[in-house]
This record gives sequence, C-alpha cells and structure tokens, in this order.
Amino acid sequence: MDKPSVDQVWDWLDAVPDPEIPVISLVDLGIIRGVEWQEDTLVVSVTPTYSGCPATSIINLDIETALRGHGIEKLELKRQISPPWTTDWLTEKGRAKLEDYGIAPPQPAGGPSRCPQCKSTNLERISQFGSTPCKATWRCRNCLEPFDYFKCI
Amino acid sequence: MTKDEALFQFLLRLGDNTLILGHRVSEWCGHAPVLEEDIALANTALDMIGQTQLWLGLAGEVEGKGRTADNLAFLRDAWDFRNVLMVELPNGDFGQTLMRQFLYDAWSFVMTDWLKGSTDPRVAEIAAKAHKEVTYHLERSGDTVIGLGDGTPESHSRMQAALDYLYPYCGEMFETDKADEVLAEAGIAPDPAELRAEYDDIVGRVLAEATLAIPGGSYVHKGGRTGRMHTEHLGHLLTSMQWLQRAYPGAAW
Repeated sequence: MDKPSVDQVWDWLDAVPDPEIPVISLVDLGIIRGVEWQEDTLVVSVTPTYSGCPATSIINLDIETALRGHGIEKLELKRQISPPWTTDWLTEKGRAKLEDYGIAPPQPAGGPSRCPQCKSTNLERISQFGSTPCKATWRCRNCLEPFDYFKCI
Repeated sequence: MTKDEALFQFLLRLGDNTLILGHRVSEWCGHAPVLEEDIALANTALDMIGQTQLWLGLAGEVEGKGRTADNLAFLRDAWDFRNVLMVELPNGDFGQTLMRQFLYDAWSFVMTDWLKGSTDPRVAEIAAKAHKEVTYHLERSGDTVIGLGDGTPESHSRMQAALDYLYPYCGEMFETDKADEVLAEAGIAPDPAELRAEYDDIVGRVLAEATLAIPGGSYVHKGGRTGRMHTEHLGHLLTSMQWLQRAYPGAAW
C-alpha cells in the first residue's frame, strides 16, 4: 500500500482516546510530539504526562493497535522526555471537552476558573491530588459538587 | 575514577533515593488518615517510582553491562544501595512521614533545579521532567508541615519530635566524595555542599512559619549514599519490595 500522509496519521491518532479520560484524544492531551516517516518506518514520538503515570504503557499499546488497524506495518514508538510535557499543550478542543465532561481544564493561575457544572467561581480546593496523577480535587461552594481539576504543570 | 564510574554512582544515588522513598511512601496506601491524603501520598510515591525508572534506566545504560532499571531495583542487595539513610527509615506517624517528605523534597528541588543545566543532556532532560513533579510535591509537603506545625498542641509536638528525629539525617544529602568531585569538575552534577545554602533558606522559611525549631547539634547520620553502612531497616524493606523477583526470577506482568 502507499504510505499514508503524516496528516492522515495525526487524524488517526486524534481518534485514539486517552485511556483514563476517554473524552479527549491522545492528540488533545498533547503527548504526541512527532509523527514522521523514516524510509518505510513510521516513527511516533510520545512524551509521558507524569514520569510514573501507569497509563503510559496502555497508551503505547493503544497507539500501536490503532495504527496497525490502519495498515501500518513498520512502526516505532519513541519515548521523548524533553522538553517535558506541559498542560499548555492541551488543545482548545480538548479543554472544552474536559469541561463538558466535568473536569475543569488547567489554568495558569493554578486553580480552576469556574465550576464545570454550574460555572460558579466560588470554589475551594479539597486536595492537591486526585484520581490520576494529572488531577487535583476541588469543590464548588455554590452547587456543592466536588469535581476534578486538571493540574497545570 | 572515570567519569562514567562517577556518573553511575551518582545516578544510583538519585534513583535509589526515589525508589526507597517511593516504596516507603507507598506503604501508606490504604492507611492514611483521610482519603484525600491517601491519594496524595500514593500519587507522590508514583511520581517517585516514575523518576526511579528514568534515573536507574540511565544508570544501567551508563554502566553498560545490560542491567535495566528493574534489574537494579530488584536484584541488588542492601550493601549495593546508595540512598541516603533518611529515606529508608520507617514512616512513623503521618506527621513524621510528611516531615521527611518535606526535608527530602526541598533537597530534591534544589538538586533537580541545578541538574536541569547539567552538561550531560541525558541528565538534564530527566531533571527537567522530575523538577516539575518535585516542585508540586514540595508545595504540598511544605504546606502540610506548616499546617500541622502551626496547628494544635498535639500536632505541633508531633511535628517538632519528627523534626528533632529527622534533622540529623539531612546532612548526608550534602556530603561530597570523589564521585561528586569528578562530576562537579565536568559540570555534570553539583558539588552537593554547594546546594546547602538554598536548602537552608527553603527549610528555614517553612519551619519558621510552622513555628518549629531546628534542633541544635551538628551530628550527621550517614553511610547510605556511600554504601558503607545502611540502617537495619533497609533489609526489611527490600525483603518486601524484592520478594517476587527473588522467588520467581524474571516473572513478568
């Protein structure tokens, strides 16, 4: 078969959900750092969100499964740790999807800007950590719902 | 001592610190006083284990004998570990665990900050990754030390007791030997003693706000980072951490 274009591969990867927050894609998460053909091998560079994130190996498996499903035969996954992942790399589309899903997207100020449910700005932090390494736990003082906040790093 | 021999030692020291402390902190999983703290401790431990994979992975690469991070973590005996003594001590109560975390995080923060500019790009890129995580850990452990130190009479006295117990272990993180000299000369790693002023500044500021008094005396418990002598606690920790790979060599997930 002809080699699919790099743009096509990016589109395919944008359809692979993050295993822990399936509402956003791996591309939305900003962890796909490069897609290129080296002769007839497709090289995809992936950066971990947190160095110990247990989803990392699942993510590699999901990428491999998806691309093989699209007929890619020679595939190399490269771990790239520099520059380190930052939440600045989350796409705008990803941020909007997070909020719809009930997870407040990261903000430079270091805390959520508003409650993802009722949009109130009257918030309090419950814990600096949450259900995955990339999240913290907050609560809305208005609607009283606790919610996840995607930590800004 | 060649540069690679020195670098191997240094990477073992970094990786063993995060491995042993990560394992210790993970012992809280399911036991912390409240759910949020349980999750926070487990997350912190997870970050440290992640950093261990990077540091020990590079150590194996530098050593060049085909050892992986897993080999180094699970198949060495106590005398081959190079972590400082403080991280292998039992957890004590919650306050003591967080006091140790703070005293370690402050060191890890200044160390990784320096290493971001290491002349060895492999070291610099791991440090840049770790520094982000450590910054977050330090913010949390510092806040908790302040909250408990400047808290109730009970929490204050426990935090002061934890500080009195742990502070004599801090000096080991700033010891210097031949490996450090070789690496400092090459700009790969700092002379650890150089980091002390910034460390004292961070620790002093937080402990003052926590209304805790730094104990006097200059005695330093040491022997871990050189491998001369560990405490009796390390062997017990390793039996629990390594038993699966020892009982079923090569077992894979």
